[in-house]
Amino acid sequence: MAFRNEFFEKNAIFLLVGTLLTVAVGGIVEVVPVFTVETTVEKVQGMRPYSPLESRGRDIYVREGCYTCHSQQVRTLRDEVERYGHYSIAAESMYDHPFQWGSKRIGPDLARVGGKYSSDWQYAHLKNPQELVPESLMPRYAFLAETPLQTYDTVARMKTLRMVGVPYTDEQITSAESDLRTQSDPTADQTKLLARYPKAVTVPGNGTPTEMDALVAYLQMLGTLVNFADTNTERLRQ
Amino acid sequence: MPTKIEKDSVTGRETTGHEWDGLKELNTPLPKWWLYVFYLTIATSVLQFVLYPSFSYGPGYLHGVLGYTTRQEVDQDVAKIVAKRKADMDKIGTLSFAQIKADPKLLEVALVDGKQVFASNCQPCHGAGGGGNPGYPALAAGAWIWGGTLDAIQKTVTYGVRSDDPNARTSAMPAFGAGLLTQPQIQAVADYVWVTFYGNKADGRDVSEGAKVFNANCAVCHGVKGEGNKLMGAPRLASQVHLYGNTREAIMAQVMGPKMGVMPAWNTRLDPATIKAVTLYVHSLGGGE
Ligand code: HEC
Ligand code: HEC
Ligand code: HEC
Repeated sequence: MAFRNEFFEKNAIFLLVGTLLTVAVGGIVEVVPVFTVETTVEKVQGMRPYSPLESRGRDIYVREGCYTCHSQQVRTLRDEVERYGHYSIAAESMYDHPFQWGSKRIGPDLARVGGKYSSDWQYAHLKNPQELVPESLMPRYAFLAETPLQTYDTVARMKTLRMVGVPYTDEQITSAESDLRTQSDPTADQTKLLARYPKAVTVPGNGTPTEMDALVAYLQMLGTLVNFADTNTERLRQ
Repeated sequence: MPTKIEKDSVTGRETTGHEWDGLKELNTPLPKWWLYVFYLTIATSVLQFVLYPSFSYGPGYLHGVLGYTTRQEVDQDVAKIVAKRKADMDKIGTLSFAQIKADPKLLEVALVDGKQVFASNCQPCHGAGGGGNPGYPALAAGAWIWGGTLDAIQKTVTYGVRSDDPNARTSAMPAFGAGLLTQPQIQAVADYVWVTFYGNKADGRDVSEGAKVFNANCAVCHGVKGEGNKLMGAPRLASQVHLYGNTREAIMAQVMGPKMGVMPAWNTRLDPATIKAVTLYVHSLGGGE
């Protein structure tokens, strides 16, 4: 019995080195997969970074804690796929920092809610969910429609996202403020916005969005970007 | 301080060989069965590591010997249930509504399926049992905007109303507040509609001026008697069921700057047979024509 506890207990240096080695193994097992996380993101058509308005809407979503009641992850279970649509894939949250998969469903999953309802409905429902769904447990968010969206830091936020890996182009960043106005003004020419952010949904307004406008633009985009028609489980595999 | 392992004189058990300030610790090993189960879990974890997807590394991840993925499993599960329903759903998809209704068993299947689809997709707008919400028409009341025959309902559900679909039903009521009518004319026509069609007391109001305005501007779509026009999606005004409420203010607001209801197209989310099933369900709610 050369190596008994006694040896480590009597030699503090060895105790320290031994502890470090043991913890390091655990650390490596946890950290190494994270370095290779890119390889787990599927290559799919259609996924794009969020438009400035959607991205700000997402900030409101996070700030209001919508994720405490709503998940954004259609799990690979039959009843979920039948109810919500195609199961979620990693590529769909690759521009999320942090992702909004959530862990609790007091309300339904929102991963595929984009386009399911009209924007009118989204506004009415956010203002007063019980008016439309009497038994709803969702709080009222009418104040979001009265709060102007803080926009002065739009560019700074996009640059920050670029630092953590969202591939915004220089063009997207320089046109951020005009894109944000365009997406909240149905009378504006949407061509350039849609070229930069295909499928972006324009919300009613006059170019000075409220927090609710941003949130609705975000919700109406959820789950609509990836084109699932030309892919399947086999091709999604890495 | 380690000491010698010795037998404790009181209990007869061995000590661990540790001593703290004169106190010695009895050796109480884990029960054998527990220890072996623990070793077994370690062994199975190694086995699982080999059989199932486990660790990601440089170019990908270990797929595991079995090649199992939850995605394939869910595909198979869905395929299984689709195959099970196939016979019925194929019939619902291909037979005419009349033929489906003639087959009570098939109709039952369609109604059960339709009810469930309605609850998770339509209810948030149209209310439980199609009771309607402000701005979202009741489907059980028999007051149809676009039509309550099975074919009309099927068309509405498939393509939606003012949706992005090119075949969507669409129409627009002009914004009379934007210069088409003067403020007094709007007041007058609102009085007329509120009294004559919505069935409220005139209370001494003279609605003859409003009637003239109505016949000249609104009757093309809503009909002289307020009977509505399903081709235009212009609602019946002579009714107790109103899309935007029963108040005079609601009429005023609609004439000044009209709201135009939007219903999404469902052909992107639901397959044709499912749309037929939900159509049959909506038709059965009490308002079907
Ligand atoms: C206390 C929990 C709770 C919170 C917080 C909450 N919701 Fe909900 N939400 C619900 C419930 C319950 C429903 C289902 C009933 C209904 O439609 O209102 C729902 C429904 C919804 C729906 C309709 C989903 C569908 O497919 O029918 C949307 C969209 C939605 N919520 C968005 C939001 C947003 C955005 C926020 C944050 C601003 C939010 N919710 C915060 C509980 C919550
Ligand atoms: C986003 C809300 C919304 C959802 C979800 C929705 N509808 Fe609608 N639906 C409407 C609106 C608004 C109208 C009225 C359109 C108009 O103003 O002409 C309508 C109209 C209809 C009509 C025509 C009614 C008439 O009087 O002619 C039918 C039938 C209908 N919906 C069925 C459905 C079914 C079935 C579903 C689910 C598969 C559904 N709707 C989901 C909003 C919705
Ligand atoms: C071009 C056709 C058209 C004309 C002209 C028109 N309407 Fe309408 N009206 C509509 C349509 C379509 C709707 C349904 C809006 C919806 O589905 O959201 C409607 C809805 C309404 C409603 C709401 C009904 C309800 O159920 O809540 C009122 C009230 C109304 N119209 C009054 C008028 C009056 C008064 C005039 C004349 C000053 C007029 N309309 C002229 C097409 C027309």
